[in-house]
Amino acid sequence: MGVFTMPSLGADMEAGTLVEWLKQPGDSVARGDIVAVVETEKGAIEIEIFEAGRIETLLVMPGAKVPVGTPLATLILQSPPVAAPVPVQLPPRAVPVPAPLPRRPAPVPVFSANAPARASPAARRLAQQKGLDLAAITGSGPAGAVLRADVEALAAPPRSGPDLAQMRHAIAAAMARSKREIPHYYLAHSLDISAAQAWLAAHNASHKPEERLLLAALFIKATALALHDFPEFNGFYGAGGFQPGAGIHTGYAIALRGGGLAAPALHDADTLPLGTLMLRLRDLIARVRRGGFRSSEIADPTITISSLGERGTEMLLPIIYPPQVAILGFGTPQPRPWAVGTTVTIRPILTITLGADHRASDGHRGALFLARIGQYLEAPERL
Amino acid sequence: MNRDDLRAMVVNAISEIAPETDPAAVAESADLREALDLDSMDIFNLVIALSQRLGIDIPDADAPNLVTLAGAIAYLEKRLAG
Repeated sequence: MGVFTMPSLGADMEAGTLVEWLKQPGDSVARGDIVAVVETEKGAIEIEIFEAGRIETLLVMPGAKVPVGTPLATLILQSPPVAAPVPVQLPPRAVPVPAPLPRRPAPVPVFSANAPARASPAARRLAQQKGLDLAAITGSGPAGAVLRADVEALAAPPRSGPDLAQMRHAIAAAMARSKREIPHYYLAHSLDISAAQAWLAAHNASHKPEERLLLAALFIKATALALHDFPEFNGFYGAGGFQPGAGIHTGYAIALRGGGLAAPALHDADTLPLGTLMLRLRDLIARVRRGGFRSSEIADPTITISSLGERGTEMLLPIIYPPQVAILGFGTPQPRPWAVGTTVTIRPILTITLGADHRASDGHRGALFLARIGQYLEAPERL
Repeated sequence: MNRDDLRAMVVNAISEIAPETDPAAVAESADLREALDLDSMDIFNLVIALSQRLGIDIPDADAPNLVTLAGAIAYLEKRLAG
């Protein structure tokens, strides 16, 4: 038997509210299937399963807020379990995460074996269809009887976009912890990106709008390729020291209008052709902004990239997202006087910064890593 | 398709790309990137949306025409007339 538990969706998550089951007892599941929706500080997150088999019993009902690690369902496994690619476990956090605001009616406990609850026949039928335990539902009918509406409210809860106040708390906790625990060092590297811009313009001129690229896709690919030779910047720092990531899963910082930020993973970015990477990036940004990204996208980033886009400042000094060990900042390219041979000319200059964890790497390697990213951007046909 | 239709189409496309904004309330001369906090991905998506709805190819080099409502309407009128 296997157990599906409330996943940790970031270093500072302590509990999540189960919003919806997308699979029911008896349903077969494959690795990577989305089985449930959980409400966190980052909004409604689709939770994937990392084992194949059949759902046996649902242990937690929609509406319940449970700590990370709580069994949510039992499974009949098809094959030996595959380890979920979650970051290393960290020592206890010092900063308590404020409890999310209550969004739903009374939290519903785990399935109970109580005597049959009072319920209308319609509520009973619907609860059975949805795999909900009537005894655990707070009824709004006479003498606390469960009505169909009570079951419906639990069975089809609204999905929400990110809650900006909760997200602010989550960012505060993660960044305070980073500044408290991680000995950051910083490096900056400026380079002429006229070659990358010219390459991009030529590509975009010969492709349909939906096949075009943004500079951000080049930044991500250049970083991912450079990490092949600099694995000490790709992974996590935990109680046992540095642990390299299982793949190159670049987190990409996405700002939300109105405030807030999330940096979910683009999985295996080093292996993606630029066109595919761009499609994934578009999809990810759209889903983050409307609230619907997946558990693995939150749990898996092995490094983070923050790009200011075209309306920012020339450089940024980003803060590492724990338990990662490095973060890259791409400033807004600016026209600057630039020496080419013995002549000074005006060129678009990009400044890349690296914030890295001194427990996992040193500045010498960091400088080489930044220079390697720059080399890829100076020869974009290699991306 | 007259100017009002084009304006409605552009406003509608932006609303779908950035549902948390109110593009109808923005001055036609305002830079949408400033007024609505649109980024380069949003403008990228706007080029795609308008190209598909109007069945025209909007070259990447013309995207700067789309950063104001007035600019977008004038550009699309010209493209559809030509």
